[in-house]
Amino acid sequence: MPLVLQPETLTERTGPVFGHQLIRKNDNDLTAQHEGEALGERIFVHGRVRDEDGRPVRGALVEVWQANAAGRYRHKVDRHDAPLDPNFSGAGRLLTDDEGRYFFKTIKPGPYPWGNHYNAWRPAHIHFSLFGAGILSRLVTQMYFPGDPLQPLDPIFNSIPDQGARQRLVSNLDMERSQPDYALAYAFDIVLRGSHDTPFEGAAKR
Amino acid sequence: MVPSGSQTVGPYFRIGLEHLVEKGPANESALETIKIHGKVLDRDGAPVSDAMLEFWGADSSGAYSDAVSHSNGHPVGFHRVATELDGSFSLTLNKPGPTPLGDGRFQAPHMLVLVFARGLLRHLITRVYFDQYPANTVDPVLLEIPAERRHTLTASPDASDPRVYEWNILLQGDNETVFFAW
Repeated sequence: MPLVLQPETLTERTGPVFGHQLIRKNDNDLTAQHEGEALGERIFVHGRVRDEDGRPVRGALVEVWQANAAGRYRHKVDRHDAPLDPNFSGAGRLLTDDEGRYFFKTIKPGPYPWGNHYNAWRPAHIHFSLFGAGILSRLVTQMYFPGDPLQPLDPIFNSIPDQGARQRLVSNLDMERSQPDYALAYAFDIVLRGSHDTPFEGAAKR
Repeated sequence: MVPSGSQTVGPYFRIGLEHLVEKGPANESALETIKIHGKVLDRDGAPVSDAMLEFWGADSSGAYSDAVSHSNGHPVGFHRVATELDGSFSLTLNKPGPTPLGDGRFQAPHMLVLVFARGLLRHLITRVYFDQYPANTVDPVLLEIPAERRHTLTASPDASDPRVYEWNILLQGDNETVFFAW
């Protein structure tokens, strides 16, 4: 069925505003949510969330989830024969700062088989969910790692037809933000739909 | 700047998104609450057992709030639910009021609804209206929709309890729910 033209009323131009009370200690450190440290290659992930005008999206809720270092999700549906890590849940969340920046610490997720076709393996990835200013800026996506040879073979990565758009979902190794003798850093910038809009300033504009 | 590409929410979204999934009635105040229940169905009526829905709407006065709920810290007017194995979902919310359009007209009470599921490369956007409102007949958005498809956006009140509404979301097929261009 054809889609109907998107209305642009106040309903579409507003959206939920998330507060800091939703964020708990260690929500942005997935390696430290249990008694012991999570197993795997420790990494930092950071970036900026901006709108289509290039303006920072402040206070954006970023939710992330991922497989562990062995390529296993802590989820009852995941039957992959790889070990769970008792010290890794694989979920994190945070709010962007005043410059739209986010940062979290985690372990690098492993690739895993997913049965879509013979010998199908997902490239390593971290799921991202974001809320910007206004419900239409809502985005769910996945962050990939540079140099992963599984990317060209992956139908989900390739579900984005434009090569440039696909490459924008691949993070960059960031040696400047890495910590020597401790962890590498990956930078992943995100652009949300919509232009700068202050949905709650001024009553019903239309 | 070009917006980042969307990717499917996948089958494991509950790991990261469960914390906002509503466990029970989030009764913010003494305002009148309603319940919406239904199923997310694919072509041929097959239940979608791993869909996530997000509802966004006005409060009972028709205003969009930037406040958070005292009871659970969730934004007022925002609700996230996930479907069960049989495709069913249920949520309790404060009944939204009519919202001003800015030109003297009003939109009938409604919620904007985002649909996420494993098979969707990006989420779908729809709306749910409430069957008994006369305002539905003059709602400017509903009027944009072909008359024969408007019913797909309308939740039906239960015969025994008018505060309980049933609304099913059909992702494909002859009675496919109206989804908006994204």
